[in-house]
Amino acid sequence: MNKDSSNDMMPQKFYVDSNREETHDTFTLYLSPEDSSKKFHFEPGQFNMLYGFGVGEVPISISGDTSSPGTLIHTIREVGAVTKALCKLKQGDYVGVRGPFGSSWPVEKAFGKDVVVITGGIGLAPLRPAIYQILAQRNDFRHVVILYGARNPQDILYRKMIVKWRAHLDLQVRVTVDQADKEWYGTVGVVTKLISKARFDPGNTVALVCGPEIMMRFTIKELQKIGIEEEDIYVSMERNMKCAIGFCGHCQYGPKFICKDGPVFSFDQIRDLFRVREI
Amino acid sequence: MKNIKELLSEHEFFKGLSDEQIEIMAGCGSNVHFKKGETVFQQGREANYFFVVRQGSVALDIDGAERGIIRIQTVEDGDILGWSWLIPPHIWNFTAIAAEDTSTTALDGKCLREKCEKDHELGYALLKRFSTVLAKRLEWTRIQLLDVYGAHT
Repeated sequence: MNKDSSNDMMPQKFYVDSNREETHDTFTLYLSPEDSSKKFHFEPGQFNMLYGFGVGEVPISISGDTSSPGTLIHTIREVGAVTKALCKLKQGDYVGVRGPFGSSWPVEKAFGKDVVVITGGIGLAPLRPAIYQILAQRNDFRHVVILYGARNPQDILYRKMIVKWRAHLDLQVRVTVDQADKEWYGTVGVVTKLISKARFDPGNTVALVCGPEIMMRFTIKELQKIGIEEEDIYVSMERNMKCAIGFCGHCQYGPKFICKDGPVFSFDQIRDLFRVREI
Repeated sequence: MKNIKELLSEHEFFKGLSDEQIEIMAGCGSNVHFKKGETVFQQGREANYFFVVRQGSVALDIDGAERGIIRIQTVEDGDILGWSWLIPPHIWNFTAIAAEDTSTTALDGKCLREKCEKDHELGYALLKRFSTVLAKRLEWTRIQLLDVYGAHT
């Protein structure tokens, strides 16, 4: 869909093609514009404001493929009133969509370099469009590493897709869980411990990191320890976005607005803010 | 095929030890293989070894009583497994199960404890290395305790 910037506050009507359960509290909505001739173009890492009619609006990252603009895909965790309402949507129901908003993962910056994607929990959803792009242009990168951490084996997001990625001989894909039972023979431990096991050249690497802020903090510390420069580490920040166009200030992060200047930042842009509590 | 001294001297953990110290360590070592599912050591039993995991993966389990067995960590290629041999009362805190077919070099802790008592330089060198392993494991455990992917996020 061609974005009309004068109309950023007006939701467009999309209908639900399907609503698929991913884990016990996470689901994916597949949406199509009411006018099926329209396409929805976006960049990896951008987000939309999804409006559950009569309930409210929430910012949700786009988790589909940029090369398939006919279907808009959002993976959502059921945590509040709006997301609970969205979770109940069925095929044929309607949802309001504003967007796309925000900055994107700089996939092209990693051309000719190693690229390391480190993500945890539902943080895989905002990174999936970037992973799709990387896979579609695999030959433009050197080592490609995907490290993913989940709470437990049941909470692994996009499990089938990860299995497919792991089958690629030219990808390093590692999954770890924080805790498991004895039936799990995969890796157990924090995602940061996978970093030292992966093969890449820290001096020639772009890292894309997305997950809970604490996880990102430890991940960045580990990446810096092995020598990746701050400007080569990208993170996606999450705050309470409301207007999504930098007017309301709900998502203000020091001098920046997450909705407009972010959500994707290079670490050197936000280093000083990152260490401040309750900002 | 490499002998134990060569295997140890190539390993990051033993970097910086003198040739003589490696020789002493190798004298307490043997290569041990575990099939997937085989017990490497058991919680509550005497801890008389530590292992250099050369290939494969070992899962550390804790008996969570009514919660059943909880798998808290895996240790894999290149990692050091086990520190209870060094710290009294020398009892394993966890059960270790081979998560896949695994090759290790097992170092006899009883033998090493005796040598470290006689040779404090060796003892200090080993303690320094194990402190690093312990500090890393403690950091990881703290992050796990934060339950960063829980619903509160």
